[in-house]
Amino acid sequence: MTTAQRPPTPSLPTRDLPTHTVPTNYLIGGAALPDGTRADILLADGRIDEIGTGISAAGATRIDADGLVALPGLVDLHTHLREPGYEQSETVLTGSQAAARGGFTSVFAMANTSPVQDTAGVVEQVLALGEAAGYVTVQPIGAVTVGLKGQSLAELGAMAASRARVRVFSDDGFCVSDPLLMRRALEYVKAFGGVVAQHAQEPRLTEGAQMNEGALSGELGLAGWPAVAEESIIARDVLLAEHVGSRLHICHVSTAGSVDVIRWAKARGIDVTAEVTPHHLLLTEDLIAGYDARYKVNPPLRRREDTEALRAGLADGTIDIVATDHAPHPVEAKDCEWDAAANGMVGLESALSVVHASVVANGLLDWADVARVLSQTPARIGRIEGQGHSLAAGAPAELTLYDPAVNRVFGTDDLSGKGVNSPYLGVTLPGRVVSTFHRGYPTVLNGQLQDASLIADAGRESPRG
Amino acid sequence: MRHLLTTKGLDSDTAITLLDVAEDMADVADREIRKLPTLRGKTVVNLFFEDSTRTRISFEAAAKRLSADVINFSAKGSSVSKGESLKDTAQTLAAIGADGVVIRHPASGAPQVLADSGWIDAGIINAGDGTHEHPTQALLDAFTIRRRLHGKASRGKDLDGVTVTIVGDILHSRVARSNVWLLAGLGADVTLVAPPTLVPADTSGWPARVEFDLDAAVDTQPDVVMMLRIQAERMHGSFFPNSREYSRRWGLDDARFARLGTDSIVMHPGPMNRGLEISSMAADSQQSTVREQVANGVSVRMAALYLLLSGDREGTK
Repeated sequence: MTTAQRPPTPSLPTRDLPTHTVPTNYLIGGAALPDGTRADILLADGRIDEIGTGISAAGATRIDADGLVALPGLVDLHTHLREPGYEQSETVLTGSQAAARGGFTSVFAMANTSPVQDTAGVVEQVLALGEAAGYVTVQPIGAVTVGLKGQSLAELGAMAASRARVRVFSDDGFCVSDPLLMRRALEYVKAFGGVVAQHAQEPRLTEGAQMNEGALSGELGLAGWPAVAEESIIARDVLLAEHVGSRLHICHVSTAGSVDVIRWAKARGIDVTAEVTPHHLLLTEDLIAGYDARYKVNPPLRRREDTEALRAGLADGTIDIVATDHAPHPVEAKDCEWDAAANGMVGLESALSVVHASVVANGLLDWADVARVLSQTPARIGRIEGQGHSLAAGAPAELTLYDPAVNRVFGTDDLSGKGVNSPYLGVTLPGRVVSTFHRGYPTVLNGQLQDASLIADAGRESPRG
Repeated sequence: MRHLLTTKGLDSDTAITLLDVAEDMADVADREIRKLPTLRGKTVVNLFFEDSTRTRISFEAAAKRLSADVINFSAKGSSVSKGESLKDTAQTLAAIGADGVVIRHPASGAPQVLADSGWIDAGIINAGDGTHEHPTQALLDAFTIRRRLHGKASRGKDLDGVTVTIVGDILHSRVARSNVWLLAGLGADVTLVAPPTLVPADTSGWPARVEFDLDAAVDTQPDVVMMLRIQAERMHGSFFPNSREYSRRWGLDDARFARLGTDSIVMHPGPMNRGLEISSMAADSQQSTVREQVANGVSVRMAALYLLLSGDREGTK
C-alpha cells in the first residue's frame, strides 16, 4: 500500500512510549532462503535493510534462524473472517491472529459477512478492523452481487475506489450462476483492474448436496455433489473471460476434471488463475465414512485421483496458488448430524504444514515454489501492495520463519482463531511456523503469538507502505 | 452386540443368530400370554424425527412384549421442532435413563453419530436414517424369505443361492441398501432393477447387479421380487416422466406377476402404492408376504432389542 492511495495514519498525540514497545530492528541469522542459500536478514524500519552473509548490526535484536526456512510473508487469497455479523465464529482480530500463527502477513477477507461486504462502507469497516488489529494486512474482498443474491451487481466501482481499494470480487459461498450476470461482472471489473473470483458450483446440480458424488456417497446415502457441477461452471466462465477479455480467478478447485479444463484454458491464452486449498491437496472423501462433520466442506473432499491431479496441477503451474478457505464455525455447528452441520474447516494455522506434507515432502514443490504459490502469486492476483515481494534488500519486511525439520501432533494449542473445526486435530504434521514478521515487527516469535495490545501499538507506530 | 446401525459389516453368523432368536420370539407370539419378562426395568425410547407409525408401533410392540418400559418421543410438537439439537435431545434421554434408543432420522448417519458421540450411553438401533440404512427392515425381510423357503426348519439357515430382485427407487432407498448388504452377506444373489435416474452414481462396490429392464428380470424367474415404494416427491424431480410411465416400465403389474413362477415370493416393505409399483393382484396373492413382513417385523425387533439390552451389554459395565 502506498501513502498516495491510502492516507497515512493520523499522527497520535505525543506521549511517552511504553518501555515494552516492540523493537523493529531485527537481525535474523543464518536462515535458508527459498532458493536454498543461507543468509542473514536485517530488518529495519519496516523493510529488509540488508540481506547477505556476515551482517552485523549494533542495536538490532538478534534471532537465530539456523535450520529455518525464510519465506516471504504468506498471503491468503481466501479467508473467512466472519466479522461483521458472525463474531461467535471469528473476528477480524482472532482471524488475524490465526493468520499470523500460520505464517501469513496478509489475508483477503471474503464478502459473506452480515451485512455482506457489498458496499464501500462495509469493506472500509473490515479494513479498519484489520488495521486496528495489526497482525496482518486485511484486504477486503467485495461481493459481486448485492447481498450475494446473484440478482444484481453490487457497487463494484465504489468498493474499488474506497479506502479499501477492492480488486477481488467474489460471491464465495455461492456461485455467480447466471451467465449474463457473470459476463457483466467480468466486463465491468476491467475498469479498475479487478478480478472475479468464482465459486464454481452449478446450483441445480448440487441441490442438497452433502459430499462428493461417487461410490461412497451412494453407500452412505448422502446426496452427491458431482464433479461436473464444478467443471461445467469453470468451462463456461473461462470461455466468458476469453470472450470479454477479462481476468477470472477460480476459487478452491477440487476435481481432476477442473484441472484439465483450466490447463486447456491457459494453453488457449485465457487470463485465468486458480487456487487449491490445503485440505483438497491432502484429504480424501473416505474420511467421511464415520459421518464426522469436521470433514464437511464445500466443495467436498474428493477422491484420491483428484488429490493427485490437484497436486500435479499445482506443480506444473496449472493451479497458480494455494488458498486456505479458512472457515471457522462454533462448536455446535459441527457437533451434530452430518446434514445439519455447517460446511468448512479452519485452515490458516495448518496451511503451511499441510502444503509441506502434501507437495513439498514428496518433492513436487520446493521452497521457492511454496513462496510463489503462497505469497508472490496470490499477492499479484489480488493486486495488493506491500506483500508477496521476494526477500531482497528494500523489500517490505514481511516474512515467515519455518522449521521444516520437526514433526508434531497438531492440536488445539496450535490454533489461535476462535474455530476449532480443524480436520487435523490429532494428526501428525511436518514443520512449524516459528516466527512471522509483518511490517518489520514480529507477530509470532518462537512459536508464540505476540500480545494483542503490543501488536496494535506496533501497527499504529510503524510506517505504512 | 452393542448397537444395530447397519447391515453393512454385519457378519453372517451374527445375522443368523439374530434371525434364530427372532424365531424364538415368533414362538412367543403363538402363546396364550405373549409376553416375556426379559427386559423388565429397562427403558426403551422410540426417538422418531420422521413420521413412521408402522415402524414405531412395531418397535413399541416388540419392546412391550419383552416387558420394557417404552417412551415414544416424536419430533413433531416437541422441543426438537423448537430447534433443539440432536445432542441436547440425546443428553436429555441419557438423563432420563434410557437403556435403548430406537432412532428414526431424516439425516443419513444420525444413528452412527449418536452411537459415537458419547452424548448417551445407550444401545442404539437404527430404525431408518435418511437414504442410508434400515437394518431391521432388511432383517425382517431375510427372516420372511427364510421362513417361506424353510418353514419350521429355518433355524441356522442362510440364503445361499436364493435369487432376489429388488425393484424401484434404489437411489433414495435405505431398505434397498440394507437388503443388498444383508441378503448378499447371507449368500443370496441380488439384482437391482430401476430407472437409471434412480440408481446411485457408482454401485461398482455393491454385491449386486444393476439392470434397467424389469421384463428381463421377471423372465429369469427370481425366487424373490421385492418392490420398493415410490415416494410422492420423486414425481416432481424429473426422475421419470410421470407415474404412469413408471408403472408401465417398472411396476409389478398383473401381466408381469403372471409370468413369475408360482413359487416366487412377492415382497413390499409398505406402505404400498397399489396400481403404481405393485398391482392389487400381486399384493393380495398367496405369493405376497406383505402381511407376514409386518408380523415378522415384531419378532425381529424383539430379537434386536433382546440382543442389545438383555444382561450385560458388550462394552458397558
